[in-house]
Amino acid sequence: MSEPFNPLTCNYLVTYNDEVSDDGQVFKALADPTRRFLLDLLFEREGRTLTELETEVDMTRIGVMKHLRILESAGLVVTERSGRTKLHYLNPVPIRLVHDRWIDKYTEHHVSALVDLKNRLEKSS
Amino acid sequence: MTTSSVAQDTSQIYQIYIKAEPEAIWEALTDPEWTNRYGYTGFAHYDLRPGGKYQVVANEEFKAAADAAGFPCPDVVVDGEVIEADPPKRLVTTWRMLMDPTCVSEGFTVVTHEIEPLGNGACKLTLTHKLDSTHATISQLVSGRMDAEGNGGGGGHAWVLSDLKSLLETGAGLAG
Repeated sequence: MSEPFNPLTCNYLVTYNDEVSDDGQVFKALADPTRRFLLDLLFEREGRTLTELETEVDMTRIGVMKHLRILESAGLVVTERSGRTKLHYLNPVPIRLVHDRWIDKYTEHHVSALVDLKNRLEKSS
Repeated sequence: MTTSSVAQDTSQIYQIYIKAEPEAIWEALTDPEWTNRYGYTGFAHYDLRPGGKYQVVANEEFKAAADAAGFPCPDVVVDGEVIEADPPKRLVTTWRMLMDPTCVSEGFTVVTHEIEPLGNGACKLTLTHKLDSTHATISQLVSGRMDAEGNGGGGGHAWVLSDLKSLLETGAGLAG
């Protein structure tokens, strides 16, 4: 089945080919405000065409296409053909993976413990 | 292709890369002992032929946790029917959530799992949940938005797939 975790690289993702997105690509894709805005648009409503997205952004069609390609190669946007049009969907899984790897580990347990404590204190007072 | 209904398509697509063989991913999706180890847990039973029955049976811990949260839990938490089963490539089923009356009233939806080998011991797994605007609550639940807004319900498909990836690649789920 799955190969054992490689302690030399500490990251089994580096053994993937280029087709597979990694954390670096996700962070890079999220570093641009236009790309974050495009993700927000897809979060509001998925299954949008390039033309629909383009009308919401003050940018040329080529520019929007370039940003969508970067989002797609980071795995944050998935496209599906519907007849002659291409529909764009938000894929939240890479963000979830970053969350589980980088955020959950360092913050969430402490935060939830504090929230629990606050709730308990408020109830008892 | 027009229908009389004006429901807007609100389908969701989730994609993840997993370093595992297609057969291992297929097994993790369709074997009850595997499905009980990640995500929402529970034993998924599939009769893997068109028209075959699909149901997810909650485990005791899950039921106890739901009870403790004031959410009485039925034995079967999800049910549906197999539409297409082509191991280890493609699984299409109908899907209905039975834990909550609103979700039950929104009826059956369609979930497709597609496994594509990439030729390097890794696969791309794509989950498509066919939904429309009549499935408002189910959409909120499976997208994890309900949970993100503090209303519980867990992390939805993204969380399940993330946990499945952890389990297959490291032998342990996110919960350890």
